[in-house]
Amino acid sequence: MNTQSNAVPELPVNSGVTDPGYSTEKTRPMYWSVRRELWENRSIYIAPLIVAAVQVFGFAISTIGLAERRRAVLLLDPAHQRAAIEQPYDLAAMMMIFTVFIVGVFYCLDALHGERRDRSILFWKSLPVSDLTTVLSKATIPLVILPLVAFAIIVCVQLVMVLETGVVLIFHGMSPATTWVVPFFQNWLVLLYALVALALWHAPIYGWLLLVSGWVRRATFLWAVLPLIAIGVLEKIAFNTSHFASMVKNRLMGFAPGAFDFNPHHSTAIDSLSQLTPGSYLSTPALWIGLIFAAVFLAAAVQLRRYRGPI
Amino acid sequence: MACIETRGLRKVFGTTIALEGIDLRVEEGRILGIIGPNGAGKTTALNAILGLTSYQGELKVLGRDPWAAREHLMRDVSFIADVAVLPRWIRVSQMLDYVAGVHPRFDRAKAEGFLAKTTIKRASKVRELSKGMVAQLHLALVMAIDAKLLVLDEPTLGLDILYRKQFYDSLLNDYFDCSRTIVVTTHQVEEVQDVLTDLMFIDRGRIVLECSMEEFDSRYFEVMVNPEHLAAARALKPIYERPVFGRSVLLFDHGDRDQLAALGEVRRPSIADLFVAVMSNQAGEAQPPSHRATARQGGQGTEDRDQRS
Repeated sequence: MNTQSNAVPELPVNSGVTDPGYSTEKTRPMYWSVRRELWENRSIYIAPLIVAAVQVFGFAISTIGLAERRRAVLLLDPAHQRAAIEQPYDLAAMMMIFTVFIVGVFYCLDALHGERRDRSILFWKSLPVSDLTTVLSKATIPLVILPLVAFAIIVCVQLVMVLETGVVLIFHGMSPATTWVVPFFQNWLVLLYALVALALWHAPIYGWLLLVSGWVRRATFLWAVLPLIAIGVLEKIAFNTSHFASMVKNRLMGFAPGAFDFNPHHSTAIDSLSQLTPGSYLSTPALWIGLIFAAVFLAAAVQLRRYRGPI
Repeated sequence: MACIETRGLRKVFGTTIALEGIDLRVEEGRILGIIGPNGAGKTTALNAILGLTSYQGELKVLGRDPWAAREHLMRDVSFIADVAVLPRWIRVSQMLDYVAGVHPRFDRAKAEGFLAKTTIKRASKVRELSKGMVAQLHLALVMAIDAKLLVLDEPTLGLDILYRKQFYDSLLNDYFDCSRTIVVTTHQVEEVQDVLTDLMFIDRGRIVLECSMEEFDSRYFEVMVNPEHLAAARALKPIYERPVFGRSVLLFDHGDRDQLAALGEVRRPSIADLFVAVMSNQAGEAQPPSHRATARQGGQGTEDRDQRS
């Protein structure tokens, strides 16, 4: 460390004409850094698009025999009708959420590692962009961009599925309107809420992955995962308990009980917006503990990047 | 105010000393060449100047502490490491967008103008460009930034002669003016001889020679000594002697030009020859009194340790 880091003048020192008040207002480092990530990592939208294409194609195949099934479904009571018709749409949404989670995990593992591997960190650091901006722009991808991508693609996929269903039903002389027992707009609101809640819940995971990717020289995935497994195994062998493992599992999957008030009769369905419980979600201690961990991991990643050069 | 000012700049990696107390002052408007063998500490020194590494001692670049204020400093400092640091996946047009988006002193039109003189296409990705074109691209970006200090670390490494020549020509003709400062390290010493205003040799973390090029020209003479005068010439204590085509070429520090002219043909030495002379004296015995540093103990410098694999 140097001996005089406190002696940094904040004012421009060379009193040239061009100096006073750097024209920073026309630059937008955060915006361009996020765009930069999208240029570099096209998997952020291509992978979900490929999954979407597979979903649309798979659903098209499933429409063989749709008319008969729909006739059978219409004989059920309204609640079961809706559940049966809604099921493929929910499945598509969940697959997409899982896809963007996987994309986010691998994005984060590479985000601060790739720039060191290809030496481009020397170029990025030659520009007036702070390490904080850089790390935050990378954290924005799994926390903001990927949920938005997931939302947009899920809505599109579901609309195409509605269209496919409609065409098949009309072809069989049935009314396509039977699909509208599914409250799509309400479901999209629920989806948006779930994506935000999930991103907040997963924030420490992404923070940890970013930290590891800025830290280790190789094998980012192993360094990210093996310590967790090691702690779990250690705890199991030493104390024959599995608190750590259940904590990790809860961090991966456990956001829903706080974010939603599930109807005890149908355990996983959300029938009305009143089942969204942002108030109680925001007062879940586990959420805030997770966010504190996320902040600590990101702060560590920022500090680490100062010291990091090419590997 | 000096552009770069250091006192006792020191950097240690573990048990090896990369920089051992560098005192340096680079005024505005100078072009300083830092020459040294591999592992001498050149890259470490540049990294400290650029805020890429922590250090001990005092260092001010344009009045700022680089380690504490890298992103502020980089508004006024440009930097080209060797040619391979531009991200390979990026398109030329994206590169222009990005730098224009984050750098307050980037003149996009100027960069486009430089690129127009090359065969680089906007839609190309960096990985599709030849090494020389990547260097042209990076230079175009840097020359379009109105910076006060430009740091070049082996900027022409791996380029062919044409690109190397063009690189320094563009730099001098289209970029450099008296309000800018350039610091360059290179092994291609002969190329920068006529570019530099100041010269610094560095070895094992220490400055072993520091002079302006005017001083260089008035102080060092190389004499191709006529065989019959060889003994007389050697009596004048040359700092280095080498055989060329059966004749001896002697390098003198602080010689009397007229006296030397009587002994043979007097020439301006190349930086490369002076470098070899100084470095071999470093390693060995005779240390000219006028040279600042003397032999020192300690391990090998490790400038490349974390920079090159």
